[in-house]
Order: sequence, then C-alpha cells, then structure tokens
Amino acid sequence: MIATEPLLSVRNLRKFFPVYSKGFFQRRVGYVKAVDDVSFDLMPGETLGLVGESGCGKTTTGRTILRALGPTGGNIMFRANGETVDLATIPGRHLKALRPKMQMIFQDPFSSLNPRMTIGQIVGEPLVIHKMAKGRELKKRVVEMLIKVGLKPEHAVRYPHAFSGGQRQRAGIARSLIMHPSLIIADEAVSALDVSVQAQIINLMEDLQKEFRLTYIFIAHDLSVVKHICDRVAVMYAGKIVELAETGTLFKDPKHPYTKALLSAVPSPDPDVKMIFELTGEVADPGNLPPGCAFNPRCPYVRDRCRQEMPSLREIEPGRWVNCHFDEELES
Amino acid sequence: MPETSENVLEVKNLKTYFFTDDGDELRAVDGVTFSVKRSGILAVVGESGCGKSVTAYSVLRLIQKPGKIVDGQILLRTTDGKIIDIAELDEKSDELFHVRGGLVSMIFQEPMTALSPVHSIGNQICEAILLHQDVDKSQAEKIAIGILEKVGIPGAAGRMKQYPHEFSGGMRQRVVIAMALACKPQLLIADEPTTALDVTLQAQVLRIIKDLQAELGTSVLFITHDLAVVAQMADEVAVMYLGRIVEHSDVRSVLKNPRHPYTRALLKSLPGMSEGSERLPSIEGSVPSLMEIPDGCPFHPRCPHAESGLCDVGGPPSLQKIADGHYVACVRVEEIKAL
Repeated sequence: MIATEPLLSVRNLRKFFPVYSKGFFQRRVGYVKAVDDVSFDLMPGETLGLVGESGCGKTTTGRTILRALGPTGGNIMFRANGETVDLATIPGRHLKALRPKMQMIFQDPFSSLNPRMTIGQIVGEPLVIHKMAKGRELKKRVVEMLIKVGLKPEHAVRYPHAFSGGQRQRAGIARSLIMHPSLIIADEAVSALDVSVQAQIINLMEDLQKEFRLTYIFIAHDLSVVKHICDRVAVMYAGKIVELAETGTLFKDPKHPYTKALLSAVPSPDPDVKMIFELTGEVADPGNLPPGCAFNPRCPYVRDRCRQEMPSLREIEPGRWVNCHFDEELES
Repeated sequence: MPETSENVLEVKNLKTYFFTDDGDELRAVDGVTFSVKRSGILAVVGESGCGKSVTAYSVLRLIQKPGKIVDGQILLRTTDGKIIDIAELDEKSDELFHVRGGLVSMIFQEPMTALSPVHSIGNQICEAILLHQDVDKSQAEKIAIGILEKVGIPGAAGRMKQYPHEFSGGMRQRVVIAMALACKPQLLIADEPTTALDVTLQAQVLRIIKDLQAELGTSVLFITHDLAVVAQMADEVAVMYLGRIVEHSDVRSVLKNPRHPYTRALLKSLPGMSEGSERLPSIEGSVPSLMEIPDGCPFHPRCPHAESGLCDVGGPPSLQKIADGHYVACVRVEEIKAL
C-alpha cells in the first residue's frame, strides 16, 4: 500500500455506557467500558480485521467510528473530500455530508433489508436521501450497481423475500457502495451465510475493493475468514486492542497470550491436526473488569504485576503492537 | 451399509416431507440411510436447507405438521438387545416417551431457548432424571450435581438453585449438555451445539462432549455445517445436499480424499485453507429451494463436472460403494477421480 496519509486515524477512542441503579433515583453507579482507549491507523485501500469474542467491543468500535454511536472520548480523524475531519467532535448537522463516504455492511441480510421496499428502492435510497440522483439517472445507477454486485437488472423490481441469503447480501453491498464511499465497515458481513455462498461474497468484496479502491474494517469472529481477507488484524479483548499486526505475522507468531489462545481454539478442517486448547473461563465483563490487565484471570502466564498494573499497547517492532507486560518473555 | 449389531441407530430410507397448503410436497429428507455405531460419532454435515436438522428431529419424532415421516425405518438398538422402530411408535405411547430423553436425548443449538427461564437449573435437570430413572428426589439431586461437575460447572451444588439467566452462554450450553446426559442416553443428538458460541467456548464445549462421550460410551449423531468441527469431532461423516446423502465415509476419507464434487467444492471454498490471499474457489449459485429440486443429480446446476444428458436427466443418483466403507452418489465419480 503506497500511501503517506492514513484514511482514518483513530486515537484513544472510548465509548462508555453508563449503568444506573435500580429504583426511583437511578443514580449512575458505573460504566460499561465497551471501547476503552482504542487507537489505530487505516491506510487507503487496506483491510483491517477487528476480531475477538462476543462482548469484546468490536461492533461498538465500528459503530462509534461511523458516529452511529457518540464516542465518550478520543479522536476519529477521517479524510474526506481532500480534508481531514474529526468525526468524534464534528457537530451532528455536518455529518450528513460525510455519510456518503463511510458506509456499513450488516451481518443479517434478512433483517437489514426493508421487506416493503423493492431491491431497486433499497439500493437507490441513499441516492434519493442525499439528492444525488433521481428519475432516469437514479434507475441507471441502481442497475449499474446491481450488475456490479452480480445481480440482474430485472431484480430491481423484486422484493427481498424473493432472494436467497447470498443475493440479499449482494443487495446490501450494492446499497453501501452506490455512493462511492471510501470507508466500509463490514460487521460480520459473511457470518450468516453458508460456506459455499460465503466464498462468493468474500470474492465479491475483494473484487469491489480493487475496483473502487475501498478501505474495509472487517469485523468478524471467524478467524479463518479474517486470515483470508485482511491485511492487518487487531485483536480486541474487553474493549481494548491487545494485539495489532500484519495478518501473516499475527497468525504465524502471535505475541499476546490471548491471541495465542484465540488462534488455538480455531478448529482445523484437517482431522489429523488436533485442536489443543487450554484457555478456561469466559470473556471478562466490561462492566466489572478485574484490576490490572483485563485478561489476567484467564491468562496462563499471569504474574503479580498483571493483577496490579494495566499494560498499554506498545509498538514492539515497526507495525507490530502488543498490549502485555511480558510478551518478550513468553517466547517459549 | 452392512448391518451389524454394533450399530445403535440404523436409519433406513427415511423420507420426511412437508406438505404446503397449495398441495405441494417439499422433500426435506428424501431417502436417507445411515447408521451410528455404538460409542461412535457420526457427523451429518451440509448447508442450510440440506435436511440435516429435519433428519435429527425425525429420529426423535419431533416433526410436526405440516411435516410427516412418510417412509422409512428408524431402528434403535438398546444395550439389552431390543430393537425399537421409532418411526412406527405411536405418537402418545409410553415407549416413545421412554425413548425421548431416556434412550435418546438431544442438545439444541440455542442454549437460551432450550432452557426454561422460570425453573431453576437443578429443577430442570432433576425433572429429566425423575422422569426416566427410578430414583427419589435426593438421589436425583446427587446425580444432577455429579453431572454438572462433569461438564465443568464450578460450584455445581450451589448453582443448582440458580436460573438460566444467571448463567453465561457457555455455561448454559454446559447445563444443556448435562441435562441431555443426565439419564445416560444410548444416543445423543447434537444439533449445531456450538454454532451460537464464540470460538473459545466452542473449543471448550466440543472438548466436554468428546470427553463425556468417551467416558460414558454414548453414541453421538452430530449435526453441523462446519467442516472444521467435523474434522475434530467425528469418526464418520455423511454429507447431505437437498435432502439426500451425497457422500458417506470415515472422517479421514471424506475430508482428505473427498470424491463427490459437492464435498470437494465445499472443502475448497473454506477460507484459510491456503496461504496468501488468492481468490477463493467458490461454488456457483446457491442451494435451490426444495420447491424446485433439479432433475437428475440435484447438484448438477452447480457442479463443475456436470455433463448434459447424463447428470441432468432421470432421478437422483444413488449412493454407490467406491471403496471399503466409502459411498458416493455421483454417476461420474470414477471419471472425475483424478480431476
């Protein structure tokens, strides 16, 4: 990727949800720290994977970046139309002009398409909302987009129920791409699909990325999909990035104990490669985190320092970030 | 498939159809034959709509209107040598009641919906034990605590009084497994037991099922869409497509030397199998609806080796033996062997 300036720079992003007490006075009794101090850069044309178990904050991170949720703190520097804006602080009324540049692909192609609208209306709606096309021009662009994602022009007049899961996901992709965005956040975009269809959609997303020079944040829990599609991967645990590295490096030589455990849990389709998985316990509750490193109750290498002091994300080699006190000593 | 006395379950030519108001019949399961060996794990794998879950539900006679088992035998061979044809049992008979939860039990996909939210965990497990075993309440509680400990629930005795909402997703699935195994069933049917779980929890739950299976000698019919889970769990695999078994053999043969074009394509389309970011070989199109099952081989419209005049005419091909214990339903299986 030859680009000097990142398309997106996220710095110290935080999203806390307040927790209120029961009863009449509903005092605020604490926070669920869904996203806590997340920072990364995203180059144009790159695909960054966000992975982790449910509740780790990967979806909240994606939504906060798009300002579907207001951040509690931090900066989201986004390059659009030749200038850099901070999505975290920009007033809501200026957001609409930026929306065409950043779009989302959702997980469930069954609930993300309005059943009362035709595929043509669904795909064309963003253009109507942003008054970017109407009449014959609108129709033309919808048809072009449908063809690009592998649907047929005559599909425009049909309703979502007439389509299979894979075709619906194609329609969802067409809707996100019709305004030529630069950033796409794909939240579990292929998780609900069957294996044979999943491969088609992954290929489609890769083709479209090349054609439109798209930048993806690919949120997924399926590590084999992430390994295939992403250039870099950020592993999240309890609202924090615990490791960030190039995909090949991360899968070959994970540094953080959590990444190691997560990778070892992925079953291999080769019956002779047996799964060796030792991690016990469950994901930390982001509303009630242990002191020190959030992973310490499950970590097989835990030491006293881990229970007292919270580690921070450090760059141990160029482009390689780890959030652990003892990553160097864990080599063996 | 040879008939041996070591089979716990033998399903022969099972046909489960669904009848629509318009008079159509949907052949969800259309002539399926397989057997589960005693203390063995048979995985039935396929994409959505292939009939794998309907097969599992049929074995326990959980098919409701408008569905119906229209043909076939479901033979359960108990340890005392009795053979019960579950397909023949009366809907309300004591025998079917004894089979369900006693001889055969089931783990469902969604642990939240499989448990009653208004009864404590202890109550729910004890209920199953009291129904099927000749024990009193305190003995049942002891058995329940024992099995909860076996599935790895810490402080089992204290958690008996808790309700499902007080358990996390992974713990709930353990409770469901405990409940299913409490009566020491001869056959356990697991319908996508880890699909709703994170990969780390999946690893834990698979381990528990495998360990308990080995310890108790339970036979397992494992339903899943995930070939990697199959590789880790199963002894034997049956691959289903549109209501029929297209390939059946031991796990190593199916995954390492697949012979049916569908199995081959399914394995190739798994991401992460190859290094680098080359294009994934995908299967054209999607699984057709049961309303429009293609003539001839149901897979031919998506098959790279389909030959017109051969694969698209007549009825669906039947399973043929291509090696010891390896069955494939493809008329071109020998011609495409090297491809």
